[in-house]
Amino acid sequence: MPGLHYITDPMQYEFMRRALIEVILMGAVTGAIGTYVVLRGLSFIGDALSHAIFPGVVIAFLIGAGIFWGALLFGILTSASIAVVATNRRVKEDSAIGVLFAGSFALGIVLISSSRNFTRDLASFLFGNVLGVTNNDIVLSAIAGVIVIVIVVLLYKELLITSFDRAAAQAMGLPVFWLDLLLLILISLTIVVSLRAVGNILVVAMLVTPAATARLLTDRLPVMMAMSAAIGVMSGIAGLYISYWNDVAAGGTIVLVATALFGLVWLFAPQHGYLTTRLLRRRLATDLAETRVVFESPEIQLPGPH
Amino acid sequence: MTIQQTAPPPIDHEDCLVIRDLTVAYGRKVVLNGVQADIRKGQVVGIVGPNGGGKSTLLKAILGMAPVISGTVMLFGKPIDKMRSRVAYVPQREVVDWDFPVTVMDVTLMGRYPKASWIRRTNAHDRDVARDMLSKVDMLDYANTQIGQLSGGQQQRVFIARALAQEADVLLLDEPMNGIDATTQEIIMGVIEEQRIAGKIVLLATHDLVSASCACDCLCCVNERMVSYGPLAETYTPANLAETYGGPVIMLGRADASDELPHTHHHPGEHAHHTHEHENLGIEHK
Repeated sequence: MPGLHYITDPMQYEFMRRALIEVILMGAVTGAIGTYVVLRGLSFIGDALSHAIFPGVVIAFLIGAGIFWGALLFGILTSASIAVVATNRRVKEDSAIGVLFAGSFALGIVLISSSRNFTRDLASFLFGNVLGVTNNDIVLSAIAGVIVIVIVVLLYKELLITSFDRAAAQAMGLPVFWLDLLLLILISLTIVVSLRAVGNILVVAMLVTPAATARLLTDRLPVMMAMSAAIGVMSGIAGLYISYWNDVAAGGTIVLVATALFGLVWLFAPQHGYLTTRLLRRRLATDLAETRVVFESPEIQLPGPH
Repeated sequence: MTIQQTAPPPIDHEDCLVIRDLTVAYGRKVVLNGVQADIRKGQVVGIVGPNGGGKSTLLKAILGMAPVISGTVMLFGKPIDKMRSRVAYVPQREVVDWDFPVTVMDVTLMGRYPKASWIRRTNAHDRDVARDMLSKVDMLDYANTQIGQLSGGQQQRVFIARALAQEADVLLLDEPMNGIDATTQEIIMGVIEEQRIAGKIVLLATHDLVSASCACDCLCCVNERMVSYGPLAETYTPANLAETYGGPVIMLGRADASDELPHTHHHPGEHAHHTHEHENLGIEHK
């Protein structure tokens, strides 16, 4: 089969096989949890979390501990502080979060500037380095991914009602504060999983773009979640191949594929697409015009005044 | 061994929603003060008062969702915290994100969540109950519709169905009559009546005095404090309502209306006046 080598060739390299597994894991998990990020309007918080995790990554790197654990620790700390800040009505939540995450991102940059390979290390944290994924990274990503997906599935109804109707969830006696915190921690965990593939800066795109795309295609939450995960995986695979053959950065390409898919769906989605709705509207207008002719025609036959 | 009771207590608290000295404050601002009420099974209580007077806050305080600084709420002799699943709550429609990708059926099934423990899914019986309740509010045909595609009245009916699906003993309705059509209003009135007959407790927060006077046995008048609580005959009076709303409530209708009790369905044989007055209160009621 001609062209098949485009798919098989890269797979002869161990690092590409590992990268492929990593982006599939990343795409599925970010897509699934991204559904809640989109539905609850947490894009900004997702962005903040990914930046706030940065110093954790740097500190772990500098002291030679696992990056995963440093990132996770900072993710949980930041999640907790965001959840607590959100309970205080007086504080403008977005300003508080803006202050926190910019500050902690700056801390990360200052810390890593002491490293000898400053530029290279910084770039790999900020933009990911999926080709450098180790087996250990894959195992950690898989475990974290399974944890996230299992919790999202098991707590489906609790997370659903807390997101849709907070007042009713509270009235039922659900611990909404802890559910919020749990959701933030799951998002952090997802970000940590994605750092290798797309890096700190672009991870928010993987949390938001596939889910926003899926929302345009369905009105059912479980379907949206599955579609979003599928779009995440597709973007990951396609982006990885395109970056390989064009010798460009994988993380950026993956995000670009996801963005392109969003653009296509935004234009052509069956019900909510921009062009589709315009087309439907025009067709409706034509139909109406035709019906009016039918209504008017008997009038023509009415005897006029003499 | 049995203990002979010399005199039965006037009200059996085991059968009541008992509110004692309930005071709510946001920060240092007291928004609701000194609410006292014994609400028996089968009673419908209207919570009335001006905007910002604490109607919604009272419902939230009963559910433990507002910062209660003193007082207690007991249901059937137990602290309300332990009885949450037996209280169904219909929040104001505005608090919900109607673009959320859930169907009418999904929303109604949420009423079954308190019955299912954590992690467990809703089952076939839950879906049967949800379908029953949807047909009760005439929304079964829309079971698979995304909720954002409904009209305001239809959305409210789905919320009512969700509350009914909980099969609770207490129903708390927060402004259910806001911005809805006549059909929905009729259906909600019917549901309230049905709950009364079934011996449930209904609390209805509303700024619509007419629907309150039609649907309720008692009124709880609040304006940052509890102004009065009691049967309609004592509370649905111009003097009391004037005190509640902080000024004379204009009850047009007849020239001498100001010193007459407004008429309600509790006064049979006065239908003509009934309708007449409602029209003149300037509130739509069909």
